[in-house]
Amino acid sequence: MNRTGGNPTDSQPLRATLTASVGEPNVGCRTGRRFAYNEQRRRRGQAATPERTYPGKHMTKQVEQRERVIVRFAGDSGDGMQLAGDRFTSATAVLGNDLATLPDFPAEIRAPRGTLHGVSAFQIHFASRDILTPGDEPNVLVAMNPAALKTNLPLVARGGTIIANEDEFTDRNLGKAGYPANPLEDGSLDAYQVYRVPMESITLRATEGIDGVTNREATRAKNFFALGLVSWMYGRPTDVTLRWIDKKFASRAEIRAANRAAFDAGYNFGETAELFGTQYVIDPAPTRPGTYRNTNGSNALAWGLIAASVKSRLPLLYASYPITPASELLHELSRHKNFGVRTIQAEDEIAAANMALGAAFGGHLGVTGTAGPGVDLKSETIGLAAVYELPLVIVDVQRAGPSTGMPTKTEAADLLAAMYGRHGESPVPILAPATPGQCFDVAFEAVRIAVTYRTPVYVLSDTFLGNSSEPWPIPEIDALPDIEANFALEKNHDDGFMPYLRNDRLARPWAVPGTPGLEHRIGGLEKADVTGHISYDGDNHERMTRLRAAKVEKIADDIAPLEADDPDGAELLLLGWGSTEGAIKAAARRVREWGGKVATAHLTHLNPFPSNTGEVVRAYPKILIPEMNTGQLTTLIRARFLVDAECYSKVQGQPIHAPELESAVRARL
Amino acid sequence: MATVELTRKDFTSDQDVRWCPGCGDYAILASVQSLMPKLGIPPHKIVFVTGIGCAGRFAYYMDTYGMHGIHGRAAPLASGLAIARPDLSTWVVAGDGDALSIGGNHLIHALRRNVPLKILLFNNQIYGLTKGQYSPTSEVGKVTKSTPFGALDHPFNPLSLALGAEATFVARTLDVDRAHLTEMLHQAASHQGTAFLEIYQNCPVFNDGAFDALTDKATREHTQIRLEHGEPIRFGSEGERGVIRNDGGLLEIVEVANVGEDALVVHDAHAADPSLAFSLASLAARPTDPTPIGVFRAVDRPVYGEAIDLQIANAREKLGDGDLHALLNSGDTWTVS
Repeated sequence: MNRTGGNPTDSQPLRATLTASVGEPNVGCRTGRRFAYNEQRRRRGQAATPERTYPGKHMTKQVEQRERVIVRFAGDSGDGMQLAGDRFTSATAVLGNDLATLPDFPAEIRAPRGTLHGVSAFQIHFASRDILTPGDEPNVLVAMNPAALKTNLPLVARGGTIIANEDEFTDRNLGKAGYPANPLEDGSLDAYQVYRVPMESITLRATEGIDGVTNREATRAKNFFALGLVSWMYGRPTDVTLRWIDKKFASRAEIRAANRAAFDAGYNFGETAELFGTQYVIDPAPTRPGTYRNTNGSNALAWGLIAASVKSRLPLLYASYPITPASELLHELSRHKNFGVRTIQAEDEIAAANMALGAAFGGHLGVTGTAGPGVDLKSETIGLAAVYELPLVIVDVQRAGPSTGMPTKTEAADLLAAMYGRHGESPVPILAPATPGQCFDVAFEAVRIAVTYRTPVYVLSDTFLGNSSEPWPIPEIDALPDIEANFALEKNHDDGFMPYLRNDRLARPWAVPGTPGLEHRIGGLEKADVTGHISYDGDNHERMTRLRAAKVEKIADDIAPLEADDPDGAELLLLGWGSTEGAIKAAARRVREWGGKVATAHLTHLNPFPSNTGEVVRAYPKILIPEMNTGQLTTLIRARFLVDAECYSKVQGQPIHAPELESAVRARL
Repeated sequence: MATVELTRKDFTSDQDVRWCPGCGDYAILASVQSLMPKLGIPPHKIVFVTGIGCAGRFAYYMDTYGMHGIHGRAAPLASGLAIARPDLSTWVVAGDGDALSIGGNHLIHALRRNVPLKILLFNNQIYGLTKGQYSPTSEVGKVTKSTPFGALDHPFNPLSLALGAEATFVARTLDVDRAHLTEMLHQAASHQGTAFLEIYQNCPVFNDGAFDALTDKATREHTQIRLEHGEPIRFGSEGERGVIRNDGGLLEIVEVANVGEDALVVHDAHAADPSLAFSLASLAARPTDPTPIGVFRAVDRPVYGEAIDLQIANAREKLGDGDLHALLNSGDTWTVS
């Protein structure tokens, strides 16, 4: 199979994904964008002892040690694969493996059963070492039906393991998947280790006699059978999953019992059936001491906003319109009203942006989130915020475009839209997180910049970051800095209150309604310098245009410099932004393993760039910029620094893989 | 019951007013500035939010807090503020193009939510700032720069639209009738929830005389149907004409002498059912016919911002004040020592 170039074909619509990290040394260098408060906590790699030990069930079969494994659960979108993957992730996290996950689901809510476009998959990469990506080639594919096998088989390495739910391999289902013959029988899978397991039949037998469970409900429990089987294979703790089942189905005893029975049946099937000869052990990954949890980017981003609200003492108002994949932020924030979070599901994207901005005028922390087409719709309001010079955070969970594009697939092609996608000169700071966990830090940093500089700030996350998850060292609350709103409370000039009289950061005063004596009007019409009155004076317009730009540029004084990771004195720099960081670091490890020299650097602040960015990029004769677009950061770097940077571009709705980057670097050394 | 001694001057900014001479906006501005001291709310607790159009300048002339937004978006801009800060008195000023064309979607959603806003619709039935194109309230056949052969679009009836969105306060008044305008502004100011006040406003440059039938001394007694809650609906110099509900259930204008006073419809602005208000809103096809003015509907419904605050209070009671440490440490965690 072609891992580096080929487009997903129609027959492989879910062709994923991702990048391996075999035997990588610990990098720990999330440098270059260390925020003051998390400096101490991001480094991994010191060996430490986890609290947990292995699961209670003893192992009766041959046990093999593995360093890393990639498991992919694939089935019909109604088969509960995301749930199975999610539960497997929790058990894996609790066991102490490092991990990364990637859900890969269709845009259709419920495509017809058994069809190729109805296949939903969940991939998890877990290891006893530091992991940078959700992995490229699955070692194990759980295929709940023929369509799932067909769409996911191209990803699996030859020699990989396939566990097929053979009950679903009927003529009818084979036909729907376009198989002329049963691949479990025609020899076409000879290169793989294939296990045929009648998951449905066994699940039905296991749930027989449970009061009140219908056949249909019993059949639906088969995802727990699959989960139980894979949990046995990799020695996952069972108590974590069983506890979850008990809690989740507390009010439905029969479903609880059926799911428990199916899970146990799967686990026991692995242990007792002669089919499986080996159980695998993956030691816990060495990690820095601390308390960890698993998080995806969406939740981390939401919590970062809440943390910033707490630390700034500004009540959070989040307004957005439902849009994939940004809706997750609205859902998560809506759950936390006890933090004083106000969430509004607005009538449209434009209203959402205006509501957040209106709240900002009132002294609240106004945030709006969106994706894809919503970015276009909000741009006029962001321009207004730039002229108002009020704090506003805009979260863009980027997805494949243009237009509706591929709503559930990732891309990072909104950088130039964020940078330049408004009429007139409208500079806006831009930040992009690199990992799910870093979404927390970047959300917090975006609020700090917005509030300190009185400016709209763009956060460019993406579908991949939003959905994928990793173990995350929970930050110490006390280590987070306060964010000072510094509201204007009194007149700042002999002639009264001057709403556009700036401080040494060029930020203007934030005087909120309710403050006596500071009544003032702001608007989208050009402001006279200092007084804020309407002005059509040309010289004033030029001065204001330059002041707004200078203010944004000045933020560079206040952010960490860009640090290159260059142990060998390389000639080639891999420069990245956003979610490509994992693949870039993994590719660099691979290159260094065979003695190649390559440097890496990653930008979290895209506007302004860290002040030393020019020095860093000019130090390398070759610069390669991997991007999930056709060269947007590359364009900015070339234009700004007059260097011959080249883009490694991929726009397939899937993340960039380490092996393809490794090849690209090799070709240039 | 003013708690502070304020005058119109306290609400008048130092900016030169720059509408065209004779514009109806002057009269509205004067009425609003004069009313403000009577509300007992200090200038720093009042915010005017405007969109784009001649009416958009209104915010700059009030010595209160103010936001001049982008075209059509005053309602959500003000909604965000009012939801965050229910302690403020938040006013929206928008023209017919701003509120009903580019901003139509926002208007209906603000009305259905019942956000605490006072929305003043300056309806002059024309685009003035862009120098004379027909608007969504212009009549069919209107000849303008963009419709030299006459407008083809059927116009909106703003009150029907507001009532259709189940607005809780819906009223209409006239720019030149200072007393009625002031009374309507006062009632709008006192309403909990969204108040929607349509003000027929003359544009002397591009649509002069659109409301003459309602405002001319000679005709106004015969064209203004002044609605008073609890009173029979009648008009004319001697109250000789009135409104009845005919056998088909529709409102009809009749000579009182022909039907008797008891047959007249008694206005009920507080009825939960909006159908009377809706019928009254569509009684006049154009403001050249006898046209109801006054409060069509004023009812109570939960106010949006208050409801959010209540949810927050309930969540705090149930879950306790937000604890960041607890939030981040919720779910499955593990410790590496």
